[in-house]
Amino acid sequence: MREDISKISKWGLGLVFLAALLVLPQVLSYSQREIAVLLVINVLLVASYRLMTLTGEWSLGHVVIMGVGAYASALFAKRLGVPVPVSMFLGASTAGLAAAVLSFPLFRMKGFYFLIGSFAAGEVIRLVWKYFSTPFGGPKGIKLIPGFPDIGPISMFEPENYYYLCLAVVSLSLFILYRIEQSRIGLTFHAIHWQDKLAESVGVGTFRYRMLAFVLASFFAGLSGALYAHYIGTINPTRFDVEEMVFVLIWAIVGGTNTFFGPIIGVVALTIINEIILRSLGFDSARPMIYGALLILSVLFLPKGLEGVVQKAGRIFKARKAPEPTVRREQNA
Amino acid sequence: MTEIILQTTLNAVYAASYMSLIAVGLVLIFGVMGVINFAHGELYMAGAYTVVALYSHLNFPFLIAVAAGLAFVGLLGILMEYSLFRPLRDNPLGGLIASIGFLLMLQTAAVLGFGVRMAHIKPPIQGKIELLGAVLTYQRFLVIAAAILLLTGLYLFLRKTKIGWAMRACAQDREAAALQGISLNQITRIAMFIGASLAGVAGALTAPLVSPTPYMGHSVIVTAFIIIIVGGIGHLEGAVVAAVLYAFVHTFVTTFYDGVVADIVGLVLMLLVLVIKPTGLFGARERA
Repeated sequence: MREDISKISKWGLGLVFLAALLVLPQVLSYSQREIAVLLVINVLLVASYRLMTLTGEWSLGHVVIMGVGAYASALFAKRLGVPVPVSMFLGASTAGLAAAVLSFPLFRMKGFYFLIGSFAAGEVIRLVWKYFSTPFGGPKGIKLIPGFPDIGPISMFEPENYYYLCLAVVSLSLFILYRIEQSRIGLTFHAIHWQDKLAESVGVGTFRYRMLAFVLASFFAGLSGALYAHYIGTINPTRFDVEEMVFVLIWAIVGGTNTFFGPIIGVVALTIINEIILRSLGFDSARPMIYGALLILSVLFLPKGLEGVVQKAGRIFKARKAPEPTVRREQNA
Repeated sequence: MTEIILQTTLNAVYAASYMSLIAVGLVLIFGVMGVINFAHGELYMAGAYTVVALYSHLNFPFLIAVAAGLAFVGLLGILMEYSLFRPLRDNPLGGLIASIGFLLMLQTAAVLGFGVRMAHIKPPIQGKIELLGAVLTYQRFLVIAAAILLLTGLYLFLRKTKIGWAMRACAQDREAAALQGISLNQITRIAMFIGASLAGVAGALTAPLVSPTPYMGHSVIVTAFIIIIVGGIGHLEGAVVAAVLYAFVHTFVTTFYDGVVADIVGLVLMLLVLVIKPTGLFGARERA
């Protein structure tokens, strides 16, 4: 009985949340709408990053992979005249393909070595963009990327409408990512993270699953890059440098990487703090310092991230409403 | 032609000297604490800005500014050890991420204190040595001499003194070292001081040659990563050899082709080492 109620309240909460997301652009100013678009894109980026970390490998090249999607989609659309929706898909696929190729050198490494290896691979890609003016445009990057075509009378140039487009694409992607994580494949990723030798001994090809996680994560990162490129209209190698990667790390870690929603909570909370509170206070140049302090504090004091705080609050809330169940199931540790 | 080759060789020796200071510090920190210090490039930057502040703004003598840079950055290292790496001793990834946070804070502090633009420093030492048409300024010579001196000193310290022995013991096996009565806290503090101050002194000495910016640490940390991977993580002599190797390859490719190509060559070199022999050219044991 209680489960029914909690199910209903969960659905209700979900619907309220969805309604809030749909109404959101109506209550925001123009520049805040632009931020909302970028936030939705970043949600996809950080959620795809979490899929990557499921197998226990922390990559420092994820933003560059996003850039691969952005560059590929921009070039397909601009040079080859591919329609933008198709080029976005092609861009995401190119990012996945790049990940598949990179798997062979990178997954010979683990831990720190993988971290630094992925960083180096990303830097090589970035330097290639920088060095070759054709087709990548050199340090200045690609400008005048065609935008998303208008749908009937709806102009996709408007941040408001692009927000809805991104929301739809990202929601679908998040649903797929969530399903992957809940599936047998996702469980295998977890198994590889915690016990890779054991997983191997029961017949799991760890290399293939690591590669699969990397390719899937890169596909969605590339998709977020494509959404970005056709919205902003210009991309360059600096946009995808390690500073941006640091922000993705901060979002994921401050949010907490234990559950699916942790990194998403992280990116949303930090973007709100960043854009609304810090911007209005005018701390523009001090912002990285606050970000750095937040990162250190959350590593030191919130090992489970913000999501751990949310869980704790939820438990307290529940405990007040209903008597504590006698057997408490551990959250996925 | 011989002039160009000789000149490039001198440039490479100079690059190798300050890069090996930085890389050796990074390796020492990793060896003793098992943490990759991402903020190492920013420690280098902090050393450079100490010289900007003391020598350029307050007109202290150059060498005093350098000594102050060494001490100041060493203290920053102790601060990092105490506030970040010690609480996160059992969580090396956490230590790395915390050092990224520290990096952002140092960078922002430099931006707020000195602005984002390049700081130009008047050369403290004039004059140059001419050698068969190639030129080595005294300033660069000072960097090379200081690097040789400091690295030799570090080598003797690690081989001959009791603390040096204890440090190497910690690097080999922390638990066993602690069982022998070696204070991990003390040893990691000293290692962090030495590691950081080597980066600081490299920054201080090269400050008049490179025009510091708050973001100068980035390219330095990339290079340092390449060097420590090629030399084998946790291997001090390997880091010096790899620094020399990298400096020669990078300087020659830059001179005869292009800077960006040289960066790509360096990174590909590192990836090759990672793929073929992840323990590095000199590393023997697996540490991951």
